[in-house]
Amino acid sequence: MVSKGKEKVMHIVFMLAACGSILAVIVICLFMFANGVPAMAEIGLKDFLLGKKWIPNQNIFGIFPMIIGSIYVTAGAIIIGVPIGLLCAIFMAHFCSSKIYKILKPAVELLAGIPSIVYGFFGLMVIVPIMQNMFGGSGKGVLTASILLGIMILPTIISVAETNIRAVPESYYEGALALGDTHERAVFKAVVPAAKSGILAGVILGIGRAIGETMAVIMIAGNQPIVPDGITSGVRTMTANIVLEMGYAADLHREALIATGVVLFVFILLINLLFSAVKRKGE
Amino acid sequence: MIRFKEKLKTYKRKPFSLFLYILVHLAAFITVGVLGALVIYILVKGIPNINTDLFAWEYTTENASMMPAIINTVLMTALPLLMAVPVGVFSAIYMVEYAKRGNKLVKIVSLTTETLAGIPSIIYGLFGYLMFVIALGWGLTFIGGAITLAIMVLPTIMRTTEEALKAVPDSFREGSFGLGAGRLRTIFKIVLPSAVPGILSGIILSIGRIAGETAVLLYTSGTQAKVVDSVFDSGCTLSVHMYKLMSEGLYTKEAYATAVILLMMVVAINWFSGFIAKKFQKTY
Repeated sequence: MVSKGKEKVMHIVFMLAACGSILAVIVICLFMFANGVPAMAEIGLKDFLLGKKWIPNQNIFGIFPMIIGSIYVTAGAIIIGVPIGLLCAIFMAHFCSSKIYKILKPAVELLAGIPSIVYGFFGLMVIVPIMQNMFGGSGKGVLTASILLGIMILPTIISVAETNIRAVPESYYEGALALGDTHERAVFKAVVPAAKSGILAGVILGIGRAIGETMAVIMIAGNQPIVPDGITSGVRTMTANIVLEMGYAADLHREALIATGVVLFVFILLINLLFSAVKRKGE
Repeated sequence: MIRFKEKLKTYKRKPFSLFLYILVHLAAFITVGVLGALVIYILVKGIPNINTDLFAWEYTTENASMMPAIINTVLMTALPLLMAVPVGVFSAIYMVEYAKRGNKLVKIVSLTTETLAGIPSIIYGLFGYLMFVIALGWGLTFIGGAITLAIMVLPTIMRTTEEALKAVPDSFREGSFGLGAGRLRTIFKIVLPSAVPGILSGIILSIGRIAGETAVLLYTSGTQAKVVDSVFDSGCTLSVHMYKLMSEGLYTKEAYATAVILLMMVVAINWFSGFIAKKFQKTY
Protein backbone atom coordinates (compact mmCIF):
# COMPACT_ATOMS: atom_id res chain seq x y z
CA MET A 1 0.00 0.00 0.00
CA VAL A 2 2.93 2.31 0.72
CA SER A 3 4.21 1.93 -2.79
CA LYS A 4 0.79 2.76 -4.17
CA GLY A 5 0.94 6.12 -2.39
CA LYS A 6 4.36 6.75 -3.86
CA GLU A 7 3.08 5.88 -7.33
CA LYS A 8 0.32 8.45 -6.94
CA VAL A 9 2.66 11.14 -5.70
CA MET A 10 5.08 10.61 -8.57
CA HIS A 11 2.22 10.57 -11.07
CA ILE A 12 1.28 14.04 -9.85
CA VAL A 13 4.94 15.17 -9.90
CA PHE A 14 5.27 14.08 -13.53
CA MET A 15 2.03 15.82 -14.42
CA LEU A 16 3.17 19.05 -12.74
CA ALA A 17 6.45 18.90 -14.67
CA ALA A 18 4.45 18.55 -17.89
CA CYS A 19 2.55 21.69 -16.93
CA GLY A 20 5.90 23.51 -16.69
CA SER A 21 5.95 24.41 -20.36
CA ILE A 22 2.35 25.63 -20.21
CA LEU A 23 3.24 27.82 -17.25
CA ALA A 24 6.31 29.16 -19.08
CA VAL A 25 4.28 30.17 -22.14
CA ILE A 26 1.61 31.84 -19.99
CA VAL A 27 4.17 33.78 -17.94
CA ILE A 28 6.07 34.90 -21.04
CA CYS A 29 2.88 36.05 -22.76
CA LEU A 30 1.73 37.82 -19.62
CA PHE A 31 4.98 39.72 -19.11
CA MET A 32 5.33 40.68 -22.76
CA PHE A 33 1.79 41.91 -23.27
CA ALA A 34 1.40 43.55 -19.87
CA ASN A 35 4.55 45.59 -20.45
CA GLY A 36 4.18 46.29 -24.15
CA VAL A 37 0.50 46.98 -24.70
CA PRO A 38 0.28 50.10 -22.44
CA ALA A 39 3.06 51.72 -24.47
CA MET A 40 1.24 50.94 -27.70
CA ALA A 41 -1.88 52.53 -26.26
CA GLU A 42 0.03 55.61 -25.15
CA ILE A 43 1.78 56.10 -28.50
CA GLY A 44 -1.33 55.13 -30.43
CA LEU A 45 -1.49 51.83 -32.21
CA LYS A 46 -1.62 53.41 -35.66
CA ASP A 47 1.25 55.80 -35.00
CA PHE A 48 3.29 53.00 -33.49
CA LEU A 49 2.80 50.38 -36.21
CA LEU A 50 2.61 52.68 -39.24
CA GLY A 51 4.70 55.64 -38.10
CA LYS A 52 7.73 56.01 -40.35
CA LYS A 53 9.85 57.97 -37.89
CA TRP A 54 11.74 56.61 -34.91
CA ILE A 55 13.17 59.55 -32.96
CA PRO A 56 13.28 58.53 -29.28
CA ASN A 57 14.49 61.85 -27.89
CA GLN A 58 11.49 63.61 -29.44
CA ASN A 59 9.16 60.87 -28.20
CA ILE A 60 8.33 59.80 -31.76
CA PHE A 61 8.09 56.03 -31.92
CA GLY A 62 7.08 54.60 -35.28
CA ILE A 63 8.32 51.06 -35.93
CA PHE A 64 7.09 50.75 -39.52
CA PRO A 65 10.67 50.88 -40.88
CA MET A 66 11.69 48.04 -38.53
CA ILE A 67 8.70 45.88 -39.45
CA ILE A 68 9.45 46.38 -43.14
CA GLY A 69 13.15 45.81 -42.45
CA SER A 70 12.46 42.49 -40.73
CA ILE A 71 10.20 41.41 -43.59
CA TYR A 72 12.77 42.43 -46.23
CA VAL A 73 15.73 40.60 -44.73
CA THR A 74 13.59 37.54 -43.97
CA ALA A 75 12.30 37.46 -47.54
CA GLY A 76 15.86 37.85 -48.79
CA ALA A 77 17.04 35.02 -46.56
CA ILE A 78 14.26 32.78 -47.90
CA ILE A 79 15.09 33.65 -51.52
CA ILE A 80 18.73 32.74 -50.94
CA GLY A 81 18.43 29.95 -48.38
CA VAL A 82 15.47 27.91 -49.63
CA PRO A 83 16.69 26.98 -53.14
CA ILE A 84 20.18 26.07 -51.89
CA GLY A 85 18.84 24.24 -48.85
CA LEU A 86 16.20 22.32 -50.77
CA LEU A 87 18.61 21.29 -53.53
CA CYS A 88 21.17 20.27 -50.94
CA ALA A 89 18.53 18.17 -49.16
CA ILE A 90 17.61 16.50 -52.45
CA PHE A 91 21.28 15.80 -53.04
CA MET A 92 21.64 14.26 -49.60
CA ALA A 93 18.55 12.10 -49.94
CA HIS A 94 18.88 10.88 -53.53
CA PHE A 95 22.17 11.78 -55.15
CA CYS A 96 25.12 11.30 -52.87
CA SER A 97 26.99 8.17 -51.92
CA SER A 98 27.06 7.13 -48.29
CA LYS A 99 30.67 8.27 -48.13
CA ILE A 100 29.82 11.85 -49.07
CA TYR A 101 26.75 11.71 -46.84
CA LYS A 102 28.98 10.97 -43.90
CA ILE A 103 30.75 14.28 -44.50
CA LEU A 104 27.72 16.32 -45.46
CA LYS A 105 25.48 15.40 -42.54
CA PRO A 106 27.93 16.45 -39.79
CA ALA A 107 28.72 19.57 -41.82
CA VAL A 108 25.07 20.59 -41.77
CA GLU A 109 24.86 19.83 -38.05
CA LEU A 110 27.93 21.94 -37.40
CA LEU A 111 26.41 24.77 -39.44
CA ALA A 112 23.41 24.60 -37.11
CA GLY A 113 25.61 24.69 -34.02
CA ILE A 114 27.75 27.71 -34.81
CA PRO A 115 26.71 30.58 -32.50
CA SER A 116 25.02 33.53 -34.20
CA ILE A 117 27.62 35.90 -32.81
CA VAL A 118 30.30 34.00 -34.77
CA TYR A 119 28.16 34.21 -37.91
CA GLY A 120 27.83 37.93 -37.32
CA PHE A 121 31.59 38.27 -36.93
CA PHE A 122 32.18 36.33 -40.14
CA GLY A 123 29.63 38.51 -41.93
CA LEU A 124 31.25 41.68 -40.65
CA MET A 125 34.79 40.62 -41.55
CA VAL A 126 34.17 38.82 -44.84
CA ILE A 127 30.79 39.56 -46.45
CA VAL A 128 30.69 43.28 -45.61
CA PRO A 129 34.07 44.06 -47.31
CA ILE A 130 33.00 42.05 -50.38
CA MET A 131 29.80 44.10 -50.58
CA GLN A 132 31.78 47.30 -50.16
CA ASN A 133 33.90 46.39 -53.16
CA MET A 134 30.94 45.39 -55.28
CA PHE A 135 28.45 48.14 -54.52
CA GLY A 136 30.43 50.83 -52.69
CA GLY A 137 29.01 52.44 -49.57
CA SER A 138 29.23 50.86 -46.17
CA GLY A 139 28.60 47.32 -47.38
CA LYS A 140 26.01 46.86 -44.66
CA GLY A 141 22.40 46.51 -45.64
CA VAL A 142 19.48 44.40 -46.82
CA LEU A 143 21.49 42.26 -49.24
CA THR A 144 24.33 41.54 -46.79
CA ALA A 145 21.88 40.61 -44.04
CA SER A 146 19.88 38.45 -46.44
CA ILE A 147 22.95 36.50 -47.53
CA LEU A 148 24.09 35.83 -43.99
CA LEU A 149 20.60 34.91 -42.78
CA GLY A 150 20.19 32.72 -45.87
CA ILE A 151 23.28 30.81 -44.75
CA MET A 152 22.06 30.64 -41.17
CA ILE A 153 18.70 29.08 -42.07
CA LEU A 154 20.31 26.49 -44.38
CA PRO A 155 20.61 23.76 -41.71
CA THR A 156 16.95 24.18 -40.67
CA ILE A 157 15.70 23.91 -44.25
CA ILE A 158 18.07 21.07 -45.15
CA SER A 159 17.29 18.83 -42.19
CA VAL A 160 13.51 19.25 -42.37
CA ALA A 161 13.42 18.88 -46.16
CA GLU A 162 15.71 15.85 -46.12
CA THR A 163 13.61 14.04 -43.51
CA ASN A 164 10.44 14.67 -45.51
CA ILE A 165 11.95 13.70 -48.86
CA ARG A 166 13.20 10.46 -47.34
CA ALA A 167 9.73 9.75 -45.96
CA VAL A 168 8.25 9.57 -49.49
CA PRO A 169 7.61 5.90 -50.37
CA GLU A 170 10.18 4.37 -52.71
CA SER A 171 7.36 3.27 -55.04
CA TYR A 172 6.89 6.86 -56.23
CA TYR A 173 10.46 6.94 -57.46
CA GLU A 174 10.33 3.48 -58.95
CA GLY A 175 7.06 4.21 -60.70
CA ALA A 176 8.53 7.28 -62.36
CA LEU A 177 11.61 5.32 -63.44
CA ALA A 178 9.41 2.58 -64.86
CA LEU A 179 7.64 5.19 -66.97
CA GLY A 180 10.99 6.05 -68.53
CA ASP A 181 12.02 9.11 -66.53
CA THR A 182 15.66 9.76 -65.79
CA HIS A 183 16.84 9.59 -62.18
CA GLU A 184 16.77 13.38 -61.95
CA ARG A 185 13.27 13.77 -63.36
CA ALA A 186 11.95 10.97 -61.17
CA VAL A 187 13.30 12.69 -58.06
CA PHE A 188 12.19 16.20 -59.02
CA LYS A 189 8.82 15.39 -60.56
CA ALA A 190 7.61 12.48 -58.46
CA VAL A 191 9.40 12.40 -55.10
CA VAL A 192 9.87 16.07 -54.20
CA PRO A 193 6.27 17.15 -54.97
CA ALA A 194 5.06 14.37 -52.69
CA ALA A 195 7.08 15.89 -49.84
CA LYS A 196 5.65 19.35 -50.53
CA SER A 197 3.90 20.05 -47.23
CA GLY A 198 6.85 18.85 -45.16
CA ILE A 199 9.18 21.08 -47.13
CA LEU A 200 6.80 23.99 -46.65
CA ALA A 201 6.85 23.37 -42.90
CA GLY A 202 10.65 23.56 -43.04
CA VAL A 203 10.48 26.86 -44.92
CA ILE A 204 8.10 28.30 -42.31
CA LEU A 205 10.48 27.17 -39.58
CA GLY A 206 13.25 28.95 -41.49
CA ILE A 207 11.16 32.14 -41.65
CA GLY A 208 10.76 32.00 -37.87
CA ARG A 209 14.51 31.60 -37.42
CA ALA A 210 15.34 34.45 -39.79
CA ILE A 211 12.87 36.96 -38.38
CA GLY A 212 13.99 36.25 -34.81
CA GLU A 213 17.72 36.37 -35.47
CA THR A 214 19.39 39.16 -33.57
CA MET A 215 23.11 39.10 -32.89
CA ALA A 216 24.23 38.34 -36.44
CA VAL A 217 21.90 40.84 -38.08
CA ILE A 218 22.93 43.64 -35.76
CA MET A 219 26.53 43.41 -37.02
CA ILE A 220 25.83 43.64 -40.73
CA ALA A 221 22.51 45.36 -41.41
CA GLY A 222 23.63 48.95 -40.84
CA ASN A 223 20.82 49.54 -38.34
CA GLN A 224 19.50 52.85 -39.71
CA PRO A 225 15.85 53.19 -38.70
CA ILE A 226 14.64 54.01 -42.21
CA VAL A 227 12.51 52.21 -44.74
CA PRO A 228 15.16 50.74 -47.05
CA ASP A 229 15.02 52.05 -50.63
CA GLY A 230 17.14 49.39 -52.27
CA ILE A 231 18.95 46.13 -51.61
CA THR A 232 22.15 47.88 -50.57
CA SER A 233 20.37 50.34 -48.30
CA GLY A 234 20.94 50.06 -44.57
CA VAL A 235 18.16 48.46 -42.58
CA ARG A 236 17.17 47.93 -38.97
CA THR A 237 15.15 44.91 -37.92
CA MET A 238 12.80 44.73 -34.94
CA THR A 239 15.26 42.48 -33.10
CA ALA A 240 18.13 44.89 -33.68
CA ASN A 241 16.00 47.81 -32.48
CA ILE A 242 15.52 46.09 -29.12
CA VAL A 243 19.14 45.14 -28.51
CA LEU A 244 20.62 48.41 -29.73
CA GLU A 245 18.65 50.75 -27.49
CA MET A 246 17.59 48.63 -24.51
CA GLY A 247 20.87 49.39 -22.74
CA TYR A 248 20.17 53.08 -22.20
CA ALA A 249 16.43 53.49 -22.82
CA ALA A 250 14.13 54.77 -20.08
CA ASP A 251 10.43 55.43 -19.54
CA LEU A 252 8.31 55.50 -22.70
CA HIS A 253 11.34 54.78 -24.87
CA ARG A 254 11.96 51.54 -22.99
CA GLU A 255 8.30 50.61 -23.14
CA ALA A 256 8.30 51.29 -26.88
CA LEU A 257 11.18 48.83 -27.24
CA ILE A 258 9.26 46.23 -25.26
CA ALA A 259 6.27 46.94 -27.50
CA THR A 260 8.55 46.27 -30.49
CA GLY A 261 9.23 42.91 -28.85
CA VAL A 262 5.48 42.33 -28.55
CA VAL A 263 5.00 42.97 -32.28
CA LEU A 264 7.82 40.52 -33.03
CA PHE A 265 6.27 38.05 -30.60
CA VAL A 266 2.92 38.27 -32.41
CA PHE A 267 4.71 37.65 -35.72
CA ILE A 268 6.38 34.59 -34.21
CA LEU A 269 3.12 33.25 -32.75
CA LEU A 270 1.45 33.59 -36.15
CA ILE A 271 4.36 31.81 -37.83
CA ASN A 272 4.19 29.05 -35.20
CA LEU A 273 0.46 28.64 -35.78
CA LEU A 274 1.02 28.42 -39.53
CA PHE A 275 3.76 25.87 -38.94
CA SER A 276 1.54 23.61 -36.82
CA ALA A 277 -1.30 23.92 -39.34
CA VAL A 278 0.94 22.93 -42.26
CA LYS A 279 2.51 20.12 -40.27
CA ARG A 280 -0.84 18.69 -39.19
CA LYS A 281 -2.12 18.87 -42.75
CA GLY A 282 0.97 17.03 -43.95
CA GLU A 283 0.40 14.25 -41.46
CA MET B 1 34.00 4.61 -66.82
CA ILE B 2 31.57 2.97 -69.23
CA ARG B 3 28.70 3.73 -66.92
CA PHE B 4 29.75 7.35 -66.84
CA LYS B 5 29.84 7.50 -70.66
CA GLU B 6 26.40 5.99 -70.88
CA LYS B 7 25.16 8.49 -68.41
CA LEU B 8 26.67 11.30 -70.44
CA LYS B 9 24.80 10.02 -73.48
CA THR B 10 21.48 10.12 -71.67
CA TYR B 11 22.22 13.61 -70.49
CA LYS B 12 22.92 14.70 -74.06
CA ARG B 13 19.43 13.63 -74.99
CA LYS B 14 17.94 15.08 -71.84
CA PRO B 15 19.69 18.35 -71.04
CA PHE B 16 17.14 19.24 -68.38
CA SER B 17 18.21 16.26 -66.32
CA LEU B 18 21.83 17.31 -66.67
CA PHE B 19 20.84 20.77 -65.48
CA LEU B 20 19.18 19.34 -62.36
CA TYR B 21 22.16 17.08 -61.76
CA ILE B 22 24.50 20.05 -61.80
CA LEU B 23 22.18 22.14 -59.61
CA VAL B 24 21.99 19.68 -56.72
CA HIS B 25 25.74 19.18 -56.74
CA LEU B 26 26.28 22.91 -56.78
CA ALA B 27 23.95 23.38 -53.80
CA ALA B 28 25.76 20.74 -51.75
CA PHE B 29 29.07 22.27 -52.74
CA ILE B 30 27.92 25.74 -51.63
CA THR B 31 26.74 24.40 -48.27
CA VAL B 32 30.01 22.69 -47.49
CA GLY B 33 31.97 25.55 -49.06
CA VAL B 34 30.36 28.15 -46.80
CA LEU B 35 31.06 26.09 -43.71
CA GLY B 36 34.64 25.46 -44.83
CA ALA B 37 35.21 29.15 -45.60
CA LEU B 38 33.84 30.18 -42.21
CA VAL B 39 35.83 27.67 -40.20
CA ILE B 40 39.08 28.18 -42.10
CA TYR B 41 38.78 31.96 -42.06
CA ILE B 42 38.22 32.07 -38.30
CA LEU B 43 41.03 29.59 -37.61
CA VAL B 44 43.56 31.26 -39.88
CA LYS B 45 42.82 34.75 -38.59
CA GLY B 46 42.25 33.74 -35.01
CA ILE B 47 44.95 31.26 -34.05
CA PRO B 48 47.86 33.71 -34.48
CA ASN B 49 46.06 36.05 -32.08
CA ILE B 50 45.78 33.54 -29.28
CA ASN B 51 48.27 34.27 -26.52
CA THR B 52 48.65 33.61 -22.83
CA ASP B 53 47.47 37.12 -21.93
CA LEU B 54 44.01 36.15 -23.11
CA PHE B 55 43.88 33.44 -20.48
CA ALA B 56 44.94 35.55 -17.51
CA TRP B 57 42.77 35.02 -14.44
CA GLU B 58 41.78 38.66 -14.14
CA TYR B 59 40.26 40.75 -16.92
CA THR B 60 41.83 44.14 -17.47
CA THR B 61 41.34 46.56 -20.36
CA GLU B 62 44.90 45.77 -21.41
CA ASN B 63 44.82 42.00 -21.64
CA ALA B 64 41.10 41.65 -22.54
CA SER B 65 41.29 38.22 -20.95
CA MET B 66 38.53 35.78 -21.74
CA MET B 67 39.25 33.46 -18.82
CA PRO B 68 36.53 34.84 -16.52
CA ALA B 69 34.07 34.57 -19.40
CA ILE B 70 35.08 30.94 -20.00
CA ILE B 71 34.54 30.06 -16.35
CA ASN B 72 31.19 31.86 -16.40
CA THR B 73 30.22 29.95 -19.53
CA VAL B 74 30.82 26.63 -17.77
CA LEU B 75 28.73 27.78 -14.79
CA MET B 76 26.06 29.24 -17.01
CA THR B 77 25.80 25.93 -18.86
CA ALA B 78 25.48 23.85 -15.70
CA LEU B 79 22.94 26.00 -13.87
CA PRO B 80 20.13 26.05 -16.48
CA LEU B 81 20.59 22.32 -17.11
CA LEU B 82 20.18 21.59 -13.40
CA MET B 83 16.75 23.17 -13.68
CA ALA B 84 15.68 22.14 -17.15
CA VAL B 85 16.76 18.48 -17.17
CA PRO B 86 14.58 17.25 -14.26
CA VAL B 87 11.54 19.21 -15.45
CA GLY B 88 12.07 18.19 -19.08
CA VAL B 89 12.66 14.52 -18.36
CA PHE B 90 9.77 14.27 -15.89
CA SER B 91 7.38 15.95 -18.25
CA ALA B 92 8.48 13.66 -21.08
CA ILE B 93 7.84 10.69 -18.77
CA TYR B 94 4.34 11.97 -18.19
CA MET B 95 3.73 12.48 -21.90
CA VAL B 96 4.96 9.06 -22.96
CA GLU B 97 4.40 6.75 -19.99
CA TYR B 98 1.37 8.11 -18.16
CA ALA B 99 -0.91 10.07 -20.44
CA LYS B 100 -3.58 8.10 -22.22
CA ARG B 101 -4.16 8.39 -25.92
CA GLY B 102 -6.06 11.55 -26.86
CA ASN B 103 -5.37 13.16 -23.48
CA LYS B 104 -6.17 16.90 -23.66
CA LEU B 105 -3.24 17.90 -21.47
CA VAL B 106 -0.82 16.16 -23.83
CA LYS B 107 -2.17 18.16 -26.74
CA ILE B 108 -1.81 21.44 -24.86
CA VAL B 109 1.69 20.58 -23.64
CA SER B 110 2.78 19.64 -27.17
CA LEU B 111 1.44 22.92 -28.46
CA THR B 112 3.14 25.01 -25.78
CA THR B 113 6.40 23.11 -26.20
CA GLU B 114 6.28 23.81 -29.91
CA THR B 115 5.60 27.47 -29.15
CA LEU B 116 8.55 27.65 -26.75
CA ALA B 117 10.80 26.07 -29.36
CA GLY B 118 9.81 28.75 -31.87
CA ILE B 119 10.36 31.78 -29.65
CA PRO B 120 13.56 33.60 -30.67
CA SER B 121 16.23 34.27 -28.09
CA ILE B 122 15.69 38.02 -28.06
CA ILE B 123 12.12 37.50 -26.81
CA TYR B 124 13.47 35.25 -24.06
CA GLY B 125 15.97 37.95 -23.25
CA LEU B 126 13.27 40.61 -23.03
CA PHE B 127 11.14 38.36 -20.87
CA GLY B 128 14.04 37.61 -18.53
CA TYR B 129 14.80 41.31 -18.29
CA LEU B 130 11.17 42.20 -17.52
CA MET B 131 10.72 39.42 -15.00
CA PHE B 132 14.00 39.20 -13.10
CA VAL B 133 15.64 42.57 -13.59
CA ILE B 134 12.53 44.77 -13.37
CA ALA B 135 9.58 42.95 -11.79
CA LEU B 136 11.53 41.04 -9.13
CA GLY B 137 14.02 43.89 -8.79
CA TRP B 138 17.07 41.66 -8.80
CA GLY B 139 19.01 43.76 -11.28
CA LEU B 140 21.41 41.98 -13.63
CA THR B 141 21.95 38.56 -12.08
CA PHE B 142 23.47 35.27 -13.12
CA ILE B 143 20.47 33.34 -11.84
CA GLY B 144 18.05 35.47 -13.87
CA GLY B 145 19.90 34.57 -17.05
CA ALA B 146 20.11 30.93 -16.00
CA ILE B 147 16.37 30.56 -15.39
CA THR B 148 15.61 32.22 -18.72
CA LEU B 149 18.01 29.85 -20.48
CA ALA B 150 16.44 26.89 -18.67
CA ILE B 151 13.06 27.80 -20.17
CA MET B 152 14.71 28.20 -23.56
CA VAL B 153 16.28 24.72 -23.64
CA LEU B 154 13.29 22.99 -22.01
CA PRO B 155 11.61 22.08 -25.34
CA THR B 156 14.85 20.56 -26.68
CA ILE B 157 15.25 18.33 -23.64
CA MET B 158 11.57 17.38 -23.61
CA ARG B 159 11.49 16.46 -27.27
CA THR B 160 14.66 14.37 -27.30
CA THR B 161 13.62 12.58 -24.11
CA GLU B 162 10.16 11.87 -25.49
CA GLU B 163 11.68 10.40 -28.63
CA ALA B 164 14.12 8.32 -26.60
CA LEU B 165 11.34 6.99 -24.37
CA LYS B 166 9.16 6.16 -27.37
CA ALA B 167 12.04 4.22 -28.89
CA VAL B 168 12.16 1.85 -25.91
CA PRO B 169 10.17 -1.20 -27.03
CA ASP B 170 6.97 -2.06 -25.16
CA SER B 171 8.24 -5.58 -24.54
CA PHE B 172 10.67 -4.06 -21.99
CA ARG B 173 7.77 -2.58 -20.05
CA GLU B 174 5.64 -5.68 -20.38
CA GLY B 175 8.49 -7.85 -19.16
CA SER B 176 8.96 -5.65 -16.12
CA PHE B 177 5.24 -5.55 -15.35
CA GLY B 178 5.10 -9.30 -15.82
CA LEU B 179 7.75 -9.72 -13.14
CA GLY B 180 5.55 -7.77 -10.77
CA ALA B 181 7.28 -4.39 -10.85
CA GLY B 182 5.12 -1.33 -10.47
CA ARG B 183 4.90 1.49 -12.95
CA LEU B 184 7.37 3.75 -11.16
CA ARG B 185 9.92 0.98 -10.76
CA THR B 186 9.55 0.04 -14.41
CA ILE B 187 10.18 3.60 -15.48
CA PHE B 188 13.24 4.24 -13.31
CA LYS B 189 14.85 0.80 -13.55
CA ILE B 190 13.97 -0.32 -17.06
CA VAL B 191 12.76 2.45 -19.36
CA LEU B 192 14.93 5.41 -18.32
CA PRO B 193 18.26 3.53 -18.39
CA SER B 194 17.51 2.39 -21.94
CA ALA B 195 16.70 5.95 -22.94
CA VAL B 196 19.85 7.53 -21.44
CA PRO B 197 21.75 8.00 -24.73
CA GLY B 198 18.84 9.87 -26.31
CA ILE B 199 18.43 12.07 -23.24
CA LEU B 200 22.18 12.71 -23.20
CA SER B 201 22.22 13.84 -26.81
CA GLY B 202 19.44 16.29 -25.98
CA ILE B 203 21.48 17.63 -23.09
CA ILE B 204 24.55 18.06 -25.28
CA LEU B 205 22.45 19.85 -27.88
CA SER B 206 21.28 22.19 -25.14
CA ILE B 207 24.84 22.79 -23.98
CA GLY B 208 25.72 23.91 -27.49
CA ARG B 209 22.76 26.25 -27.62
CA ILE B 210 23.53 27.79 -24.22
CA ALA B 211 27.23 28.24 -24.90
CA GLY B 212 26.50 30.16 -28.09
CA GLU B 213 23.71 32.29 -26.66
CA THR B 214 24.10 36.05 -26.52
CA ALA B 215 20.77 37.82 -26.91
CA VAL B 216 19.22 36.16 -23.84
CA LEU B 217 22.08 37.05 -21.53
CA LEU B 218 22.88 40.57 -22.65
CA TYR B 219 20.12 42.15 -20.54
CA THR B 220 19.64 39.46 -17.91
CA SER B 221 23.12 38.48 -16.75
CA GLY B 222 24.95 41.52 -18.02
CA THR B 223 28.33 42.14 -19.60
CA GLN B 224 30.76 42.34 -16.68
CA ALA B 225 33.95 40.43 -17.45
CA LYS B 226 34.59 38.82 -14.08
CA VAL B 227 33.87 35.47 -12.50
CA VAL B 228 30.62 35.65 -10.57
CA ASP B 229 30.83 35.50 -6.75
CA SER B 230 27.28 34.28 -6.28
CA VAL B 231 24.25 33.57 -8.43
CA PHE B 232 23.02 37.07 -7.69
CA ASP B 233 26.17 38.59 -9.15
CA SER B 234 26.39 39.79 -12.74
CA GLY B 235 28.87 38.28 -15.20
CA CYS B 236 29.22 37.57 -18.91
CA THR B 237 29.70 34.36 -20.85
CA LEU B 238 32.07 33.91 -23.76
CA SER B 239 29.53 34.83 -26.47
CA VAL B 240 28.51 38.00 -24.66
CA HIS B 241 32.20 38.77 -24.10
CA MET B 242 32.79 38.43 -27.83
CA TYR B 243 29.86 40.72 -28.63
CA LYS B 244 31.32 43.31 -26.29
CA LEU B 245 34.77 43.05 -27.87
CA MET B 246 33.24 43.49 -31.32
CA SER B 247 30.94 46.37 -30.49
CA GLU B 248 33.68 48.32 -28.75
CA GLY B 249 35.71 48.10 -31.94
CA LEU B 250 39.08 48.28 -30.18
CA TYR B 251 39.66 44.57 -29.73
CA THR B 252 39.36 43.02 -33.19
CA LYS B 253 42.34 40.72 -32.61
CA GLU B 254 40.93 39.52 -29.32
CA ALA B 255 37.55 39.01 -30.99
CA TYR B 256 39.19 36.74 -33.57
CA ALA B 257 40.81 34.69 -30.83
CA THR B 258 37.53 34.46 -28.90
CA ALA B 259 35.78 33.31 -32.07
CA VAL B 260 38.31 30.47 -32.38
CA ILE B 261 37.64 29.31 -28.83
CA LEU B 262 33.85 29.51 -29.33
CA LEU B 263 34.08 27.64 -32.61
CA MET B 264 36.26 24.91 -31.16
CA MET B 265 33.86 24.53 -28.27
CA VAL B 266 30.96 24.03 -30.67
CA VAL B 267 32.91 21.58 -32.83
CA ALA B 268 33.87 19.60 -29.72
CA ILE B 269 30.27 19.54 -28.47
CA ASN B 270 29.00 18.40 -31.88
CA TRP B 271 31.61 15.71 -32.14
CA PHE B 272 30.87 14.50 -28.63
CA SER B 273 27.14 14.32 -29.25
CA GLY B 274 27.70 12.31 -32.44
CA PHE B 275 30.10 10.07 -30.55
CA ILE B 276 27.58 9.39 -27.78
CA ALA B 277 24.78 8.74 -30.24
CA LYS B 278 26.96 6.21 -32.07
CA LYS B 279 28.47 4.62 -29.01
CA PHE B 280 25.17 3.87 -27.36
CA GLN B 281 23.12 3.24 -30.44
CA LYS B 282 21.13 0.11 -29.82
CA THR B 283 18.97 -1.83 -32.19
CA TYR B 284 16.23 -3.65 -30.45
